[in-house]
Amino acid sequence: MSVSDIVITSTGKKDPSFTIPVIAAAGAFAGIFVGAAQGSTLLGIVGGAILLAILAFLCIEKLGRDGEKMARWGILALFAVGGFAFGAVAGLVVGLLFGWFFGWFIYWIGFNRYRAHLVPYLTPGQVLWHYSFRVICGAIFVFLITPIIVVMPLSFNAEDFFTFTPEMLRFDPEGYSLKHYRDFFTNPEWTSAVWNSLKIAPVATFISVSLGTLAAIGLSQSHVPGKRAIMAILISPMIVPLIISATGMYFFYSKIGLVGTYWGIVLAHAVLGIPFVIITVTATLVGFDRSLTRAAANMGANPVTTFFRVQMPLILPGVISGGLFAFITSFDEVVVVLFIGSAELQTLPWQMFTGLREQISPTILAAATVLVSISIVLLAMVEMLRRRSERLRGMSPG
Amino acid sequence: MTHSTTEPANFTGAAPKAGPMLAADGRPLKKSLARALRRQKLRALMLVAPLLIFVLVTFIAPIADMLFRSVENQIVSETLPETVMALQEWNGESDIPDAAYDAIYFDLFTAAEAKQHTRLGTRLNYEQTGISSLFRTSGRQLDDIGDDVHDALEDINPAWDEPAPWYQMMNAGDRPVDTALLDTKMFDMRALTGEVLEGDLGFAPAREVSDLLPRTAAAYTSWAIYTALVDGDIVAEEDPWESVFAALASDLQSGADVSGYSGPGADMLAEAAANLDALPAVDFRNVMVGIDEDWGALENWQTIKLYSPDYTPGYFLNSVDMQNGIDGAQMRPENERIYITLFIRTLYLSLVITGSCILLSYPVAFLLSNLPARSANLLMILVLLPFWTSLLVRTSAWKVMLQQQGVINDVLVWLGLVADDSRLVMINNQTGTIIAMTHILLPFMILPMYSVMSTIPPYYVRAAKSLGATNWTAFWRVYFPQSIPGIGAGSILVFILAIGYYITPEIVGGTKGVFISNRIAYHISSSLNWGLAAALGTILLAVVLILYWAYDRIVGIDNVKLG
Repeated sequence: MSVSDIVITSTGKKDPSFTIPVIAAAGAFAGIFVGAAQGSTLLGIVGGAILLAILAFLCIEKLGRDGEKMARWGILALFAVGGFAFGAVAGLVVGLLFGWFFGWFIYWIGFNRYRAHLVPYLTPGQVLWHYSFRVICGAIFVFLITPIIVVMPLSFNAEDFFTFTPEMLRFDPEGYSLKHYRDFFTNPEWTSAVWNSLKIAPVATFISVSLGTLAAIGLSQSHVPGKRAIMAILISPMIVPLIISATGMYFFYSKIGLVGTYWGIVLAHAVLGIPFVIITVTATLVGFDRSLTRAAANMGANPVTTFFRVQMPLILPGVISGGLFAFITSFDEVVVVLFIGSAELQTLPWQMFTGLREQISPTILAAATVLVSISIVLLAMVEMLRRRSERLRGMSPG
Repeated sequence: MTHSTTEPANFTGAAPKAGPMLAADGRPLKKSLARALRRQKLRALMLVAPLLIFVLVTFIAPIADMLFRSVENQIVSETLPETVMALQEWNGESDIPDAAYDAIYFDLFTAAEAKQHTRLGTRLNYEQTGISSLFRTSGRQLDDIGDDVHDALEDINPAWDEPAPWYQMMNAGDRPVDTALLDTKMFDMRALTGEVLEGDLGFAPAREVSDLLPRTAAAYTSWAIYTALVDGDIVAEEDPWESVFAALASDLQSGADVSGYSGPGADMLAEAAANLDALPAVDFRNVMVGIDEDWGALENWQTIKLYSPDYTPGYFLNSVDMQNGIDGAQMRPENERIYITLFIRTLYLSLVITGSCILLSYPVAFLLSNLPARSANLLMILVLLPFWTSLLVRTSAWKVMLQQQGVINDVLVWLGLVADDSRLVMINNQTGTIIAMTHILLPFMILPMYSVMSTIPPYYVRAAKSLGATNWTAFWRVYFPQSIPGIGAGSILVFILAIGYYITPEIVGGTKGVFISNRIAYHISSSLNWGLAAALGTILLAVVLILYWAYDRIVGIDNVKLG
């Protein structure tokens, strides 16, 4: 049973002189938008307030708790039909959302359910603040996630537009197509870009992970002279602005003939990924019990065996998540590639960047959707690894 | 392991019988311990060493190279070595010395043959507009005077048109060699072409001739080195550059006494000296000013003199809107100042972005740290997903959202909040940069704040409230001070990241919303003023390193957490 199911304050029917005006006000607020979209804001406000006041009265006073299920379905149906009448399929969807929300809202307010999980001694002002605060936080979460959500449906656009077409809003199947995905997966410009990225990122990751893990193990031992300075140098690729790293690498790598070569980009990406490996592996090593390696040594294992059989399995989650960070760094890196890459070595981010700057093609959105899917998978993996690592080290019971 | 250590007194000999405590192998325990410790240190260093070397070579060395480039200025002394020397004595105000005109004719001629003069012109053009075209046009016309002399000499004696007599006259053969001249010219040519230049030259200047005809010998030596080692031809079989002819005329006209000379080509020289009137007058001041009257202008020579040292503060002065003058550094005219504005704008926008990140992150971090673990973890995914999503995806998403025909404007128009003909302009200006970068950097603020806030014990606030504090007082006087480390850590991190951003401003910033990074990229890839790019980068790097140092002191670099 999770905490949120516990009822702290008893609920019951509230005085309608409070609830009905509150619900009507909410209706008026929603009415602003419906009214504005249909031409008359004032009519929307008044209509919304009256409609919701009537519905609230019916639900709370007449139907009560026993009729809740029926009332909510009824409201849902009413809004759906109303929405469909105003704005066809798009209206239907909006209507369904409004109907579901108000059905829930009327009972939530009307029967004092909003206080169920709060301590009883809170003043009304505190309750109001509690929920306003959550609404504010909700808005910030919407801000965080909306841009990522928005690109997904747009990538199925049948037109070469960067915005929703009327067909899409009508949920007309003709407004949607997979043509941008077809372009993404067949156009040689994009496929070779993906291929280049896939050739560069794993090698760069391998270099950063192997060198980074060794160094993190070395740094985690006590008595390392100049530890702070070494750490500062190793973390610096993350801190120094990419444009400066790219400028310096462009000058220096052109001197030693690495500009425009595969290995030039691999080395640059490897060094950019190193801070992430160092940080994650060092964090994992903080919880590592040194007596385990001593015990292994005591039983006759040589340092190499100890490392691979005892230490490595325990820090593996940290190493893998560091590797994922390094991989995504390389896979996502564009500034350095722009400077030290060449036409044959265009990576996926390069292709997206030039696409955004020069020719605007919605194929970018298809690429973006594919990348978001990849990041969801990577995020899930890192989260899993983190939990596993904490479990291994006995830091959480989960 | 070290629970029994011996008293120091045991080593002083006060108690000789006790002796130092011994380890299993018979060594004194103290030494044994020190050795083990040393080994441990060494092993740790050996584990760190490969990575440290890797980072030093692939990352720190490039940065150092960039720092070096921001002051490096060898191009002037490499391309115009003689001119730089000739200008050393000049005070920059008086008349330009004749020696400078002599020197620049030959320097420029050699540079034009090696196709390096336009490179120098471009370099000096950063400091003095117009020099680039002066160098380019002059490079094409330097042959003219030599051609005239060539024709005149040929009329006197057709042998002047042959390569062989020239070679016999100039080459030392059995005569003493002017090694100083050869070494100087060799050094200059290496610097000019940037090549190693090894191989058989097949020529050595005769000291006899170089004493008699210094300019001719110098010009011929330069030509010989170029012909043999750059072009790979045989010196004795090629026609010399026209500059050699001009040099000969100049040497003869300035009173070289060829009567005492008896080496190869003595008769040819005597013949030419006898017919001096038939040769066109070669005065390099007139030659240069004749090619382009700008060679008479004082400011062009001042620019060359000012930028003749191997290291210059010029790029740094340019990057703070100043310029190097003969009287010292001074501000550029008002209408040419762009970099200070750009630096201020970069700092200002970074501050605004950091500020809006604080405002948006604080409530979220507070909520996350006060929710039960399961809900907090779920909501955390909403924070981490943008963090894990490609930067370009997020930037393109904002481009989609903010355009005038984009999603936000469409929604506002649909809701009737904005008229269709007055859609908001939210992209290609500072608003676009601020919105998009706030979104992109928000996770870097939320994560450190969250990790600090989740360690704040809840009972302090409860205690404050039970002592009669209002909600606001309890928050402001008790909770907020404890959360400041999180704000500090997040702010420095976001500010450091924001100040060096390039991709997002480039795509959504238009012209008013770009950062100093965009200018650096412009100088690297479009204007090719690499020195200025390096100087701007160095200033930016200095700001970032100061902040990095502060971050290390306040937060500790090993306390950075990812996800």
